[in-house]
Amino acid sequence: MIYFDRVAKRYANGREALSAVSLRITPGEMVFLTGRSGAGKSTVLKLIALLERPTRGQVIVNGENTGKLPNRKVPAFRRRIGVVFQDHRLLMDRPVFDNVALPLLVADASLREVGKRVRAALDQVGLLGKEQLRPTELSVGEQQRVGIARAIVSRPPLLIADEPTGNLDPVLAGEVMSLFKRLNEVGVTILVATHDVHFVRESGLREIVLESGVVAGSEESLPLPPLQAHR
Amino acid sequence: MIGALGRWVGRHAHAAVSSAGRLARQPFGTILSVLVMGLTIALPLGLNLLVQNMRSATGNFSGAIGISVYLHQDVTDDKAEQLAANARARSGVARVQLITATAALEQFRKESGFGAALQALGSNPLPGVLSITPTPEGASPAAVEGLRRYLAAWPEVDSVQLDGEWVARFSAILEVLRRVLLLAAVLFGAGVVAVVGNTIRLEIQNRRPEIEVTKLVGGSNALVRRPFLYTGALYGLVSALTAWLVIAIALQLLQPPVAQLAQAYGSHFRLAGPTLQEVGIVLGAGTFLGWLGALLAASHHLAGIEPGAL
Repeated sequence: MIYFDRVAKRYANGREALSAVSLRITPGEMVFLTGRSGAGKSTVLKLIALLERPTRGQVIVNGENTGKLPNRKVPAFRRRIGVVFQDHRLLMDRPVFDNVALPLLVADASLREVGKRVRAALDQVGLLGKEQLRPTELSVGEQQRVGIARAIVSRPPLLIADEPTGNLDPVLAGEVMSLFKRLNEVGVTILVATHDVHFVRESGLREIVLESGVVAGSEESLPLPPLQAHR
Repeated sequence: MIGALGRWVGRHAHAAVSSAGRLARQPFGTILSVLVMGLTIALPLGLNLLVQNMRSATGNFSGAIGISVYLHQDVTDDKAEQLAANARARSGVARVQLITATAALEQFRKESGFGAALQALGSNPLPGVLSITPTPEGASPAAVEGLRRYLAAWPEVDSVQLDGEWVARFSAILEVLRRVLLLAAVLFGAGVVAVVGNTIRLEIQNRRPEIEVTKLVGGSNALVRRPFLYTGALYGLVSALTAWLVIAIALQLLQPPVAQLAQAYGSHFRLAGPTLQEVGIVLGAGTFLGWLGALLAASHHLAGIEPGAL
């Protein structure tokens, strides 16, 4: 599902965020990505969502080598990944329904389909019936759940989340994490970058620890997964 | 196939409707931009109508253009008759009125009150005159000048005088105005493109978060650009409509005094408005220019917006 082979990322300002990251996440897994601030967690997520391309090494996501994917194919690539942000990035001037519907409208779904799927996604995050409210009328925890509904509405096989509980109190954080677990149980591959070490240990799920640009405790090269043929 | 077409129409309709809704939700800014562009379009349109109306007005004055041909004093009345016939045969000549030396003297004697003084002169001091009116086609400055030269070359002709030469000069001025108008139309058209482009640029800046999120969830550049193109086209269309509205009001205000002026000159001249075709062309051109401005701005600014920060 996600495969990094000795990936380095140097930004235009010269900062090397990753020096040699190798990791592998198989379909159906739920994995935590931890590490101090500045260890490169966000960079790993950006490389997965193709917000950035690797400077060296290979990043393969959903069978696509992101370093070689032509620009015109980037939108279709992004549609197969759900992204959840720490600050949820909702459009505050639009109702919940419009926010959640955005990925479907972008993918040209029919209007009937959009209504059905938006309600299903809101049901999953426990916000059914709040379609017409504005995000400003919701609590912080609810806003984060709207962000999650938007990430899962088009049923992507892969969900990545950057500090999704960063702004939440422990109770709300626990709710969000158990929501991720439920999604994982129905087959969504999930990668969560988090500080919340307590929850990670408690969950018993796999943890990838980043330490100043490399994966702590393992630097061996991993076997290459099958690649999608490019048309 | 039908489904794909339906979805295509659907998403364009959605973009168009949401663009219109967006404009309607910020009426003040929209009205200001539309006014700027509407007046920008109205200026060359108004100038165009002015020129057209002046042309048709002076067209009515083509009867005022005349050529007086003064014959040498030794030309006999019979010879003068023959010359008048020659002049009538020339193309571009509507009417030739001959005032023979004898008739002129008779008229002068009757009307001037100097009859006794003339008697004392013994011989007739007045020349024969051909008063020539050109046809409307023959009334252009070039045609009139050609006719003047032709007549001046006759040995019996003493001098040729153009009457109503101002009309010819005036239509030459109108021709200059028409050129100025073409230039103005091009410049003001570029102005509309620039205003729409700038408006769309600001709009893109305002909606940057939305654009970033849309790109993040997999929106293509075409999809992100589409509502802005509709906004631009809509701006152009509404501005062109505003321009015609301004022109219509101006025509209503000018009609009574113009009618009065025309009446004072014994004319039934009325200001002519634009034809339906002209209205249609301007609406189409406005829409196109708006779309073009939006396309330029969107292509330039949207490329720079990528959902960088996570």
